[in-house]
Amino acid sequence: MVQIIEKRQLTPITSLYRVDAPLIAKAARAGQFVIVRVREGGERIPLTITEYDRETGLLTIVVQEVGATTRRLGELGVGDHILDMVGPLGEAPEIPSGGHIVGVGGGFGSAALLCLMKELRERGEKTTVIIGAREKSLLILADELAEVTDNLEICTDDGSAGFKGFVTERLQQMIDGSPPGYPDFVISIGPMPMMRAVEKTTAAARVPCTASLDPLMVDGTGMCGGCRVTVGGEVKFACVDGPFFDAHTVDFDEAVARSKMYVKEEQKAADCQRSAHEEEAA
Amino acid sequence: MPVKRVDKTPMPVREPGQRAHDFEEVNAGYCFAHAMFEAERCLRCQDPVCVDGCPVRVPIAEFMHAVAANDLPKAAEILRHANPLAAICGRVCPQESQCEMNCHMTKRFGPVAIGHLERYVSDWEMAQPETDEVKEPWREEKIAIIGSGPSGLVCAGELARLGYHVTVYEALHAPGGVLRYGIPEFRLPNKILDWEIKQLERMGVEFVNNVIIGKTVTMDQLFKEYGFAAVFIGTGAGLPKFMGIPGESLNGVYSANEFLTRINLMQAFEFPRSETPLKVGKRVAVIGSGNTAMDAVRSALRLGAEHAMVVYRRSEKEMTARIEEYEHAIEEGVEMHWLTNPVEVLGEDGWVTGLKCVKMELGEPDESGRARPIPIEGSEFVFPVDNVVLSIGTRPNPLLVKSTPGLKTHSWGGLLVDERQVETSVKRVYAGGDAVTGAATVILAAGAGKRAAEAIHHDIQTEAA
Ligand code: FES
Repeated sequence: MVQIIEKRQLTPITSLYRVDAPLIAKAARAGQFVIVRVREGGERIPLTITEYDRETGLLTIVVQEVGATTRRLGELGVGDHILDMVGPLGEAPEIPSGGHIVGVGGGFGSAALLCLMKELRERGEKTTVIIGAREKSLLILADELAEVTDNLEICTDDGSAGFKGFVTERLQQMIDGSPPGYPDFVISIGPMPMMRAVEKTTAAARVPCTASLDPLMVDGTGMCGGCRVTVGGEVKFACVDGPFFDAHTVDFDEAVARSKMYVKEEQKAADCQRSAHEEEAA
Repeated sequence: MPVKRVDKTPMPVREPGQRAHDFEEVNAGYCFAHAMFEAERCLRCQDPVCVDGCPVRVPIAEFMHAVAANDLPKAAEILRHANPLAAICGRVCPQESQCEMNCHMTKRFGPVAIGHLERYVSDWEMAQPETDEVKEPWREEKIAIIGSGPSGLVCAGELARLGYHVTVYEALHAPGGVLRYGIPEFRLPNKILDWEIKQLERMGVEFVNNVIIGKTVTMDQLFKEYGFAAVFIGTGAGLPKFMGIPGESLNGVYSANEFLTRINLMQAFEFPRSETPLKVGKRVAVIGSGNTAMDAVRSALRLGAEHAMVVYRRSEKEMTARIEEYEHAIEEGVEMHWLTNPVEVLGEDGWVTGLKCVKMELGEPDESGRARPIPIEGSEFVFPVDNVVLSIGTRPNPLLVKSTPGLKTHSWGGLLVDERQVETSVKRVYAGGDAVTGAATVILAAGAGKRAAEAIHHDIQTEAA
């Protein structure tokens, strides 16, 4: 069991948790993730590590309420416990040194970028972060990111903050020479359609790009193969071989199709959860 | 007066029509009369060759004696001493190719039902009142066990009995390894596994879930920071193989490991009350012929498949499942397609719609000594299916090896061990079970765990002397 020490609401459906997980915090590296189970009978779901502190043993995760399990997590507050947490899982990505490294984060992908950017800053790299959301209130961790990158570029679909448009449009401008300049390497973390678009944009300019895939997972140790993705024509297990892969060789069509495998079931689980709540309330 | 020359007492089972729709145990177990009668069938051979067939050498003749004399406490003690997982092995061991194969009664009347009696006595033991007393280790040394599958559990039990502090690390959220995530409840109820684990806890063994050695904590840390005197690796062979045919990543295709883990560990059969889903359609094809394939195909039936089929490229004769599982599968309505090799999974909109196969015939024996299946040209055909479950074997997981310098393996991933078959290429690191042999049986893993415990004890004591 892992205790929640701090909780911060980032948006109406996104929360940041600091939990007491000393073993994981001690072993963690930027880009790795954990798997949690919130209650008996609950699902095991992967969550990216946002920050770790080896001294205090605290681990930071950001959770967006999108399904039954993440909603249950959302109900937990300071002092509550998460039933199971295991990690750190996956491998840290290999990011080449020198050059201008650009991290692109969509939605709560910004949370995953934070850890990586911090590490790159410690390495002395020149970096830019582009984050995007539909509107200003949905942007997360902008201040924290601004502290660990040379340039923070904010994009909103409605122009309520920063650049009006998609992250890929801003990225394209940089490729075309607008400041802060041409990207030599791109890290892309966010929803599937965004990562796909970033891949297209970088491919056209022949910019190397690594994408963080988060397929469905069960064990997270290479035991089930449920997390398989096709990369460069080869089947890889994202939980042990990933989660970062060369975006230009990822079979995104397949990855998108696989991510929709349980859409109906997720709805059912959510309905079941809701009716249980209503019963409780009644 | 011994009743000898009669047939083996059959195991009472639940009706196929009923059991094929739930996850309750199929075998009901012997009653007292069955057990007494069956134990009397034992010929009390001077030279009990049955024991030679048992990987942990249960003294079967003495055990039979105790059962026949209705001295169940003694029978239980004999059993537990030789095999700490008797309640499990009585249910899942392939007795027909081990102890019972050697029984002198086998040819004419069928063997004495050693396995069924093992289960009977263990069930009796489980029903006895328990004390909450926990034994304290009396030695200084601490031993770490990596993995809580059969080899790890037995190794832990033996070392605890010898007085060591034992800590078992498990990567998942519940202990048991393949016994938990692999074998379905209708064959091995979770409560049996829970009971076995509780016995170990009472012996002083500590279980730590959610820790992956090699990720959360390294092997090096176990020695240097945690101060363990020795480590036993029982990480099994959990990495699923895929066939490498087109369409394997379509939705609706599962490895047997994933399929069974969702059901057994995550209780998908209670969805949506339990939140892990599993998609089981009307027609399910399971590829392979081992116990895991039988477990998967019978689980599919229980989850509503109308056609649950086994597809295997060799013939019935080469099938590797326990005979009981095979017979139960047939009784429950599983369809067997022998000499049929899948060549492609067909799909539409990302979902499985069919399994394209080719008919095979048997040729000369291959490296495995079994007749080599050869495709019959032009015999391709398609099974319309909603799910494909691959049960074509597993390999040892490389996770720990990757993060442990000096830990050597065979090219196929199995850990290299010394001439005693227990110590790895790293000093004070021992290994056993599927992680060393590749996928095998629960009892072979149990035997390896026991051997390793003896070696660990021996090595620690000689060093101290
Ligand atoms: S989540 Fe099971 S193998 Fe990756």
